[in-house]
Amino acid sequence: MAGGAVPDRVPRLPRGVRLHDDRVRACRVLLGPERALMLDEVGAAILDEVDGMQSLSVISARLAARYLAPEAEIRADVEVFLTDLAERRLVEWSDA
Amino acid sequence: MPEGVLPPPPPPIALLAELTHRCPLSCPYCSNPTELVARAAELDTAEWVRLFREAAEMGVLQLHLSGGEPASRRDLETLVAEARSAGLYVNLVTSGIGLTEARLDRLEAAGLDHVQLSLQGVRADISDRIGGLTGGFERKIAVARSVVARGLPLTLNAVMHRQNLDDLEATIALAVELGARRIEVACVQFHGWAMLNRGALMPTREQTDRAKRIVADARDRLRGRLVIDFVPPDWHADLPKACMGGWGSTGLNIAPDGTVLPCHGAASIPGLVFPNVRQVSLAWAWAESAAFNAFRGTAWMPEPCRSCDRRAVDHGGCRCQAMAVLGDARAPDPVCRRTPGRAALDRLLADALASDSGLTMRAPPR
Ligand code: SF4
Ligand code: SF4
Repeated sequence: MAGGAVPDRVPRLPRGVRLHDDRVRACRVLLGPERALMLDEVGAAILDEVDGMQSLSVISARLAARYLAPEAEIRADVEVFLTDLAERRLVEWSDA
Repeated sequence: MPEGVLPPPPPPIALLAELTHRCPLSCPYCSNPTELVARAAELDTAEWVRLFREAAEMGVLQLHLSGGEPASRRDLETLVAEARSAGLYVNLVTSGIGLTEARLDRLEAAGLDHVQLSLQGVRADISDRIGGLTGGFERKIAVARSVVARGLPLTLNAVMHRQNLDDLEATIALAVELGARRIEVACVQFHGWAMLNRGALMPTREQTDRAKRIVADARDRLRGRLVIDFVPPDWHADLPKACMGGWGSTGLNIAPDGTVLPCHGAASIPGLVFPNVRQVSLAWAWAESAAFNAFRGTAWMPEPCRSCDRRAVDHGGCRCQAMAVLGDARAPDPVCRRTPGRAALDRLLADALASDSGLTMRAPPR
C-alpha cells in the first residue's frame, strides 16, 4: 500500500458516466444522468487518470510528477475532488 | 453591443425530443400540450437523425428521448444508436410500458446511457389510477429492476401532487430499494393538463413544508447513495423559479411534428410563431427565430422586474405561468410576491385547495 496508514482506494467512472470532448466550448465535460460538468484543466487531468485500475495513490503520484508539486498536497486535492463526485454518484470507489 | 441588439445566445446544453405524443398512459398532469400531435404528422427516422447531428454540432450534450411514450416508436433503437454516434449522451424518458426485455437488450446494445422512469405512485392502486392503466405499476417495477440489473443508471421520476405527496418517504425508500442512482421529486407544475386538474392535484401548504423537510433529511442520510433533485410546488413559494435557466438559454424541445420550442408550455403563448425543423435549421431556430428571442435578455421585461435585483436570477420567472394565470405572457411570474399578479394566483390557489374535483385524464392523440 503506497499511502502509508491511510487505506488506498481505486476510483472509477460508473456506467452511464463518461468524459466527453466538447469541441464547441473547447473543454472536457463529465456527462452523467442529468449532469454536464464543464471541467477545468485540473479536473480534466484528474479524470483522465481515472481508469478503474489506478489507485488514488498512483494517480496522485503521477499528477505530482506531472505538475512538479508535493504529492501529499496533490493527493488531498484529488481526494476532495473525487469524493465530491462520489457523493453525486458520478464516481465510485473500490478497495485497492 | 448597441442598444436593443442581443449578444448571440450561448449554445444549448440539452435537447428534449418528443418523439411522439402516443402513450399507453393518460396522466392527468401530462406535460404534452392539450392539442396532441397525430401519428401521421410525426417526424420520421431520417428527420430525427439529421436533427441529432445538427444538435451535436451546435453544442448540445444531452439528448432526452421523450414523448408521450418514446417506446411507442418502432425506430427507437435506431434513434438511440444514431444519437450516440452523433456524440450525444442519450437519456430515455419512459413510463416503462412497452419496454420488453428484448427491447431493453436492443436499447442497451444501441448505447443507451441512462433511463429515467416515471413513477405515478408508490403502490399499484394509486399508480394505476393516476396513470390510467391497470397493471402499469407492476410492469414499471419490472423495468426498473431490469435496468438496474444491467448496470445502467436509473432515475425515478416521481411526479408528486396532493394525492401522493404524503407518500414521499415511501417513494424515496422505493428508489433506494430498487437501486436507483437518482430520484427526481418533481412536483406538478400547473400548465396544460395539470392546470385543468388543479382542483384535484394542488398540494397543500402543509404537504409542501413537510416535503421540503423530508427531502433535506433524505439528502443528508443518502448522500453518496441516491441523488435527490427536487422541484417544489412553486405556488406555495414567495419568489418564482428560474424556469429552464431563462427563456432560450440552456435547452430546447422539439415536438413530434418538428416544432421547436423553448420549453413544454411555450406553445400556449399566443402571438409567437415557433419555427419548424421541416423548414429551418435547428441552429437558426435557436439563435435567430423571433420566438426564441422574444424573452431573452432584460429589454422585454415590465416593471418591477426590469429594475429588480433578482432579474438576472429568475429572469422574471415562467412565461407560461404568467400566460396561464394572468393571460399575459409578458407579465412577471404571478408567483412573485413583489408583483400585483400574485393576488390572482392566490385566488386560484385558494379555489384549487378548496375543491376536490375528479381527474380529467389526458386524451389519446387522434
Ligand atoms: S405524463 Fe403520463 S401520459 Fe404524459 S407522456 Fe408521460 S406517461 Fe404518458
Ligand atoms: S419582480 Fe420580477 S425579477 Fe424580481 S423577483 Fe419578481 S419576478 Fe423576479
